[in-house]
Amino acid sequence: MSDTAHGVGGLPFDASKRVWPNELNVFGALVLIVVVFEVLGASLMGQSFLFDSQGRFDTIFNEQRLYIIVLQVSIVGIIAIGVTQVIIAGGIDLSSGSIVGATAMIAMSFAQVAEVNGQPNPKGVFIEQGWVDLPVVVPVMVGLACGLAAGLINGLLIAYTRIPPFIATLGMMVTARGIAKWWSKGQPISFPTQEYAAIGNGFGGWMPVVIFVGLAILFQLILKFTVYGKHTYAIGSNEEAARMSGIKVNRHKVLVYTIAGMLAALAALVLSSKNLTAQAGMGVMYELDAIAMAVIGGVSLSGGRGSIVGTVIGALIFGVIISGFTFLRLDAYYQEMVKGAVIVGAVVLDQWRQRYQALRT
Amino acid sequence: MSDIILETRNLTKHYGGVRALQGANFVLRRGEHVAVMGDNGAGKSTFVRQITGVERPTSGEIVFDGEPVQFAGPIEAREAGIETVFQTLALADDLDVPDNLFLGREMKLFNLGPFSILDYKGMREATLRGLQKTAVKIPNIRNTIRNMSGGQRQCVAIARTATFHSKLTIMDEPTAALGVQETAQVENIIRNFKEQGESLILVSHNMRQVFDLVDRIVVFRRGRIVANLNKPETDGQDVVAYITGAKTGAEYEDAA
Repeated sequence: MSDTAHGVGGLPFDASKRVWPNELNVFGALVLIVVVFEVLGASLMGQSFLFDSQGRFDTIFNEQRLYIIVLQVSIVGIIAIGVTQVIIAGGIDLSSGSIVGATAMIAMSFAQVAEVNGQPNPKGVFIEQGWVDLPVVVPVMVGLACGLAAGLINGLLIAYTRIPPFIATLGMMVTARGIAKWWSKGQPISFPTQEYAAIGNGFGGWMPVVIFVGLAILFQLILKFTVYGKHTYAIGSNEEAARMSGIKVNRHKVLVYTIAGMLAALAALVLSSKNLTAQAGMGVMYELDAIAMAVIGGVSLSGGRGSIVGTVIGALIFGVIISGFTFLRLDAYYQEMVKGAVIVGAVVLDQWRQRYQALRT
Repeated sequence: MSDIILETRNLTKHYGGVRALQGANFVLRRGEHVAVMGDNGAGKSTFVRQITGVERPTSGEIVFDGEPVQFAGPIEAREAGIETVFQTLALADDLDVPDNLFLGREMKLFNLGPFSILDYKGMREATLRGLQKTAVKIPNIRNTIRNMSGGQRQCVAIARTATFHSKLTIMDEPTAALGVQETAQVENIIRNFKEQGESLILVSHNMRQVFDLVDRIVVFRRGRIVANLNKPETDGQDVVAYITGAKTGAEYEDAA
């Protein structure tokens, strides 16, 4: 190639130099897993996994299965959106599952009805204070405030004491779980108002999915098109460069962890509303499921790479695997083993891909 | 407007008991290209760190563009018009060329605080203009830095200074990690800077490069300036003598 053809001042676009988006690989993996379940279903069960096999012509897909796949990942998916931006910024958040537990307990205690079947609410926390039958905005604001506080503390610790995110959020994980148990001395909190119950059950049960998809689109746009997103990628990519370029790194980290905390709190509202009860053990291991969704979706644990779209596909892979195992009537034990293998496999594949790209250029 | 873009008076930096820089008096005229040379630990990088605001000097004065300045950090120095290409490239590997050029000073379509909408098109066009100005060749500006060669990365770092109409560019060993061809490319950019009348301080160990590119050579030794040589009046051997301590400039006798 001659010197001038090489492009003085840079050619605007060169298709041969274009990098294959990782999200397509992840989507390919999703399709592959579905195909595997289809083949296994056809040969072992004599049924189709995703497609309608009842011979009805008004539907193509087995809608009930699709619904279950999407629904069971949407609540953890909300957390995974927050965790994704934390990981892109080069951090990690282990506290989200515990934030779910603590927020569910605290928010639910402000969402209770005064009377159940004519009797005073047997699980009422604030009956003496008269804090029952409150408008739905109260528990929602209380819940979001819990998430904001937890996330803010995470962010401040990480940005200003310079302790590793792993340790800071591990501390929050243990503390928040403690708060969840202490709040009602281990008792479950139940009987929410109609309005509160609608958060997780509205739209004929599709509400968690609607919230998840809405937030996913919002955060995909934020990460791609706003200064916030650009700085998140920059900090995860090269924190020192970000600092030297004048990005207020500490302030930005506080914001990232605060948003992650609030998304975990939102997941807690949806979950406790959907279950009509809150328990201290809610959300155990959700933080790891959320991290796994992000990692399967191609978000690099070393920061700087990944997207919400990838995480959503990662979440769907999660849902398909769980549903697929149920469909094949395999024990739940196998699900966990396979989930573990998928997480490790996703990271190994990503590493190989990175190395291949590095060699090619 | 004064002819002098940068002047330091008695610039001194101590790290605890270590006197890394002592009484540096340095003058740079507009459009002038000056090389800063010296052995490892002679005080070159310390000198650069003081004038770019990375560190605060222990004592002494910096006058930039006619005004005495005290930079609180590299960002302030950059806002005043001093662009630095650091030895450790301050680039984000996972972002593309316009993203890196505009890192920390993004163009915005709508200002919504931290959630301001980015003006991708404006940044791409400004990037192309900046690259044209420096004659930097990058096959695809939408490629991420991770997928670029060392030379291309260095060019991106240098193009950053050209995009923002800086008053003074400082390059700390811009070709130290580069191959022959890539070095030539970076040197071309520096010549281009000269033609456009940009002021430049070049920190380099490479004697041939220094004699190729600059008007004047300032030699540091053990934290002090020991020589100030106009290129036509000196040669490589002479400079080496100053660097190693075999010679000291007449006006600096008492210092060394």
